[in-house]
Amino acid sequence: MEITLAHYLFVAAALFTIGVFGIFVNRKNVIIILMSIELVLLSVNINLVAFSAHLQNLQGQIFAMMVLTVAAAEAAVGLAILVTYFRNRGNIAVEDINQMRG
Amino acid sequence: MNPLIDLSRDLALARPELLLVAFALAGAIIGAWFKDRSFTTLSTLGVVAILASGLLSVALNSGAAVEIFQGAMVVDGVAGFAKALIAISAAATLALGADYFTSTKEQRFEFPLLVALATLGMFVMVSAQDLISLYVGVELQSLAAYVLAAWRRDDARSSEAGLKYFVLSAISSGLLLFGSSFVYGFTGSIHFDAIAAAVGEGAGGIGLIFGLVLMLCALGFKMSAAPFHMWTPDVYEGAPTPITAFFAAAPKVAAVALMARLLYGPFVELTGQWQQVVAALAAISMVWGSVAALIQTNLKRLMAYSSIGNMGFALMALAAGTSKGPSSALIYLALYLPSTIGMFALILAMRRAGDSAETVSDLAGLARKRPWMATLFTMLLFSVAGIPPFAGFIGKLAVFTATIDGQVYWLAILGGVAAVVAAAYYLRLIASIWFAPPAEQLQSPSSTIMLTAVASAALSFPVLVLLLGALQSAAENAVRMSF
Repeated sequence: MEITLAHYLFVAAALFTIGVFGIFVNRKNVIIILMSIELVLLSVNINLVAFSAHLQNLQGQIFAMMVLTVAAAEAAVGLAILVTYFRNRGNIAVEDINQMRG
Repeated sequence: MNPLIDLSRDLALARPELLLVAFALAGAIIGAWFKDRSFTTLSTLGVVAILASGLLSVALNSGAAVEIFQGAMVVDGVAGFAKALIAISAAATLALGADYFTSTKEQRFEFPLLVALATLGMFVMVSAQDLISLYVGVELQSLAAYVLAAWRRDDARSSEAGLKYFVLSAISSGLLLFGSSFVYGFTGSIHFDAIAAAVGEGAGGIGLIFGLVLMLCALGFKMSAAPFHMWTPDVYEGAPTPITAFFAAAPKVAAVALMARLLYGPFVELTGQWQQVVAALAAISMVWGSVAALIQTNLKRLMAYSSIGNMGFALMALAAGTSKGPSSALIYLALYLPSTIGMFALILAMRRAGDSAETVSDLAGLARKRPWMATLFTMLLFSVAGIPPFAGFIGKLAVFTATIDGQVYWLAILGGVAAVVAAAYYLRLIASIWFAPPAEQLQSPSSTIMLTAVASAALSFPVLVLLLGALQSAAENAVRMSF
């Protein structure tokens, strides 16, 4: 069986959905949310590279490189904020992030 | 074409951005060397650099759209107009913040640098001409904003605000990227002009619409339009007040200008498709922003809902689908920004011994303690409520005219109802200021705060109606040469 564009898009969409669900359904640990965010960004990369190969156009792969770089910066900032949060509260359970209503 | 000549021309046109980069990098070195002693110097330099970059971007506006960096960015009217607004509001909130952090003894030198970097991100956003610069601009602005929200490292509420902002904003970045990848895949290019050409030839279909809707949702998230607003009240409440003022002003302009560029640039052929989405975002924001604000007791949460409602009005103009839409959205923002910044300046001014004013009841009886401050506050509230003859009324008028012009009548009617409901909670504040018995003693405000408040109240005053004509033609020219 040949792997077509639709297969790649399906895998990317599945990973994206798993990532989004991981963010919203998970009630335990903020680290899992950070992992889910990475999953979402990487699923987009599959999409971009698949389209790039399909269209015979390099722009998508350059975009994927940019996404990787920004994702690294985003993880660094996110972890730094998480550390300050942990210092103040002493735990990182998602259901305890409720000092303010909302 | 000689790439070197091209590059030197491009760099000359990118001077506003380069100025901000230079300030941020030099400031980081100065700060690393002199530590937090350099806070005041760096803040002053930052205000100057941001204002200078805003002026430069207006001056570089030659009257025609020029693409730079091989089509990655564009220098045109909308970019110039939005950059001027962004620079003014970022500089004003930076000045307020420098003043506030000096009085609370939290002078950390990173503050002006982060504000400059966020401003740089917004400049890239409003100049974006392909999907990569769009994404990088949005992220540069957001990453600086996360750190600013969590500015008080030892305060549980501030770091919670930063964490919430980070997680929810990261989801929206994911949506933006997923949408962008579909737009790229179904039109075959990341460049806005090429996308516009492909859309014009009927490329895309359902995949393109899907990508466009995802991108719109993500941008709605960044500008805190309901139903993607859930981060706004918490972040506004948790972040230190001058940083909240920053969030309430500059990023909104950037997000609205970026959305206008997307909708009226590459996707103008799809107006029928996106119009319903933008109208729905506008309707939900206006209604929810007005209704939820009625029950708020915390001033900063109230301002959050107020900004959600006001973004609804700006989106309402974009939903018009005619060329009047983006220009009246820009006019609306230009008139809304001074009122917001002025109100935050006055909230900062109402500090009591060591504590900032946080709740609506802290405003009680302001008129008897400081009658002139109460007068300024009342003027700003009248303006943002859209009561004639204040400037906010002119902004609302422009937005409603555009919507009726675009024949989206139901949205205009809903907007009218929402504006009346919103006026109710602004009037509640005014009643509390003038008629409630006074609360405790106030500290006397600093000169920076009062200067900002007086300047923004002056900008909301009908005397400046003469300037309004100039503003309107500037916005219309900007839109005409861009789209």
